[in-house]
Amino acid sequence: MTATALPRSRDSALPRPVQAAIEFLRLLSRRPSGLIGFIGIIFFLVLAFIAPIFVPNQELADVNSIYQTPSLQHFLGTDNSGRDVLNQIVQGGREIIGVALVTAFLTTLIATTLGAVSAIVGGKVDAVLVAVADIVLTIPYLIVLIVISALARPTNFLALALVLSLLGWAGLMRQVRAQVLTLKERDYVEAARSLDLGLFHVVFREILPNMRSYIVIHFVLAMTGAIYAQVALIVLGLVPFSGKNWALMLYFANTQGAFYFRDAFWYVFSPIFAIILLQLSLVLFVNALEDIFNPRLRSS
Amino acid sequence: MTPILSVRDLSIDYRTRRGPVHAVRDVSFDIAKGETVAVIGESGSGKTTLAISLIRLSPRSAKIVKGQILYTGASGTTDIRTLPEDELRAFRWSECAMVFQAALNSFNPVINIWEQFVDTARAHGMKDPKIVHARAEELLDLVRLDPKRVLRAYPHELSGGTKQRVLIALSLLLKPQLIILDEPTTALDILTQRSIIDLLAQLKTALGFSMIFISHDLSIAAELADRMITMYAGIVVERAAVTDLFYRPRHPYSVGLLRAVPRVSGVIGAVASIPGSPPDLIRLPPGCTYVPRCPLAVAACSEREPDLVPVDTPDHDARCIRWRTVAEQVGTAEVAVVEKIVV
Amino acid sequence: MTIVRPQAIERPLIELDQVSRTFKVPDGTITAVDSLSLAIGSSEAICIVGESGCGKTTTGRMLAGILRPTSGRLRYEGQDVWAKKGHELSAFRRAVQLVHQDPYASLNPTRTVFQTLAAPIYRHKKAKGGRDATNRVRHLLEVVGLAPPDDFLVKYPHQLSGGQRQRVAIARALTVDPRVIVADEAVSMVDVSIRISLLNLLLGLRSEMGVSIVLITHDLAVARYFAREGRIGVMYLGRMVELAHSEALVSDPAHPYSAALIAAIPEADPRITRSKDRVELRTAEVPSLLALPAGCAFHPRCPLAEPGLCDVDVPALLPLPGTAGREVACHVAIRERQPAAELLA
Repeated sequence: MTATALPRSRDSALPRPVQAAIEFLRLLSRRPSGLIGFIGIIFFLVLAFIAPIFVPNQELADVNSIYQTPSLQHFLGTDNSGRDVLNQIVQGGREIIGVALVTAFLTTLIATTLGAVSAIVGGKVDAVLVAVADIVLTIPYLIVLIVISALARPTNFLALALVLSLLGWAGLMRQVRAQVLTLKERDYVEAARSLDLGLFHVVFREILPNMRSYIVIHFVLAMTGAIYAQVALIVLGLVPFSGKNWALMLYFANTQGAFYFRDAFWYVFSPIFAIILLQLSLVLFVNALEDIFNPRLRSS
Repeated sequence: MTPILSVRDLSIDYRTRRGPVHAVRDVSFDIAKGETVAVIGESGSGKTTLAISLIRLSPRSAKIVKGQILYTGASGTTDIRTLPEDELRAFRWSECAMVFQAALNSFNPVINIWEQFVDTARAHGMKDPKIVHARAEELLDLVRLDPKRVLRAYPHELSGGTKQRVLIALSLLLKPQLIILDEPTTALDILTQRSIIDLLAQLKTALGFSMIFISHDLSIAAELADRMITMYAGIVVERAAVTDLFYRPRHPYSVGLLRAVPRVSGVIGAVASIPGSPPDLIRLPPGCTYVPRCPLAVAACSEREPDLVPVDTPDHDARCIRWRTVAEQVGTAEVAVVEKIVV
Repeated sequence: MTIVRPQAIERPLIELDQVSRTFKVPDGTITAVDSLSLAIGSSEAICIVGESGCGKTTTGRMLAGILRPTSGRLRYEGQDVWAKKGHELSAFRRAVQLVHQDPYASLNPTRTVFQTLAAPIYRHKKAKGGRDATNRVRHLLEVVGLAPPDDFLVKYPHQLSGGQRQRVAIARALTVDPRVIVADEAVSMVDVSIRISLLNLLLGLRSEMGVSIVLITHDLAVARYFAREGRIGVMYLGRMVELAHSEALVSDPAHPYSAALIAAIPEADPRITRSKDRVELRTAEVPSLLALPAGCAFHPRCPLAEPGLCDVDVPALLPLPGTAGREVACHVAIRERQPAAELLA
């Protein structure tokens, strides 16, 4: 029998990525709430990133149609200038989700790297990094966020993402460090070291894969945190964004006094619902992730 | 004489996602008053499930699907399986007590030993602390521990052997007639094992209780048991007097197990492992569950599960249709199997 | 039967020379191992036995180069290991591999058997390309008795039994062609009925591949079976108290502690075990490692202890006069030129 690099799984002839995807959906369907969350996330990603390709931006202001209730023409009504609310929702997801994704990525990257290095290298490096993390942790997050935004006035969303992640890495870093310290003592890590497999292998092939679920779950939670932080900053008017953004809709609703008009209900609550439903989807999905990463639950 | 405990056709299933796990199937045995019975089996044999079901301490996922657990005490015979909660609580500890494995976190780590005694006593109706204290001192003396030192101590301050003795003392609190011990000497050092075994032998003679202990360790059966039961994949495969089982086994699994345990004294002999692994308890084969590992298996063995039948020595049953072949191989001499097997 | 005589080890493969190891704990300092010397030749099967706290695991880990002795030397092929640096030290690490006790913790749960075994093969260039690596992995699985190997390549550890996991751990140790394998209680957490087959596997590695095996165990019966063509070393509270050929030790122990152990072991044989003569120890209390007794650590419990001798000087591990290849650390046994078992009878 000819030997290939790694024998295919005996159960099926499908290529491995497709198999993995099917396995993922199968495990997800075990937890209906997780499946709902996953569908919700897909929905919002499509809404935010794909729908705008097909739905052009509508800037038309029609003074005659202020604060209209939903109709066939305007599914979610209109805002204070007669602009279609649904259109704004479609256009406004990109930025807020985009910032959340970048923030979560940066936070997780910084926290995981620093946490792993700190735990593995130990000694003075560890002491310094932990002290820095402790200082960052004691900083009152929201207040500093407000101060920095007021001073630095980030105008593009990447800068905002950077600010958010620089303040938010410390908690995850300490947890990663604690996890790595524990995993470092495991017998299989000791075996990898005595087999001389190298630091890279020990960290990326032995230790971090055992923290996969941990890291992904924190990534998703970091997204929810970033979304709330953005809403806070934008609604308070601290970040001079000019783009389209659900939180910006709320800001304008506030400044335009839409909260006092009963007919403006849909204008005010559409972005709120969008944000809440997105957050809910993320959290429900996170609950199911634990199951997905557990190798014991995979089919044998 | 009515046996103090009589288990009849007991079957226990665990509910799992993949289906019911048949952990214990049709187990029957008797224990006479003052007798010591050893239930020997390896992982997956069902021995622990069986033991904890005798005082109904099984987890909620376990369900007794059929059978009876008949206990005969001063007030007559009752089926423990159908006992109502309050009577069950009275039964537990005062008639039948359990000694858990000291190595497995059997103590509450945040209270000291005196408080463990108080908790246990109070749960079973002994409320007066003076009486409990007197009894605790008496029991700790009985297990050769210094009450003053031990009562004040926290579990983590005590050695494995000391903790096991405390658990034995706790079990004797209400003078039970039947004691169940779960792996009493596992994870203990040799000299500590010896002291626990000697202690159990002395207590048995002094207090006259019946004992069931479950273990994978054949040597504790050799030391203390009057009768022995070997379990495999949830069923009883052989039950006999201890000398009969060690020197004249009639089931291939018993033979295999005896050959797999090396000795320190005597010749090394025909020591050998049992090939293969224990079966999946969810999907059981139609015939004898030992077939994949049995050197004597024939086609008829896979047709139906054999019954437990009496063999050539008295009070000795084996679940094997080829027990006579085993008898030929092993003979009847009072000599260890490894020294005489001619396979 | 080839008897390995300790004096015949003129050129030991690996040796501990007056090695000690201490640990700091909140209450003080523990001397886990005290002035231990042990020489192991190539193709040797040797067993270190003792109860918990005797220092056998620490000794095993020092042999494998995982723990550094606080004093004394570890020599491999005559050279001081801890004086080596860089790739010479790594070469030593690979030459001496440790197999752990707990089969449920020794393999990475997120990696398949193939991944676990292939990593060192690729890393140390033991194969030329993917196909060769797979073949080598298959071969190793067959050596350790996991056949057919293709059934096991894509399995995760949780899909294997305890015994199968230990075999994979042994295969992993073999990927780097070690000269010594230290098996630290490697059969203690495995089902009773398959222990012998694992021990036979290890003994097979010795006879077929010339690997020296050091088995660490608390089970004297396992030790006797495993080392029946080799030696057993008995440790007590950090010191080696007896070192002898296994049959000699088991039938006629030279040290009173060994005699007490052998007399105390419960045996899987009712007739033998219920009629064994006990060795009565003077007290059941085991001294704490934080406060070892003066002189011989066993003297507070020893039935042969002599005041003024045993509580003053630490006995050295010396050859027992009149015997070949037996060493014992007991003043009385050496002086009387007799094994303790005979003195106690």
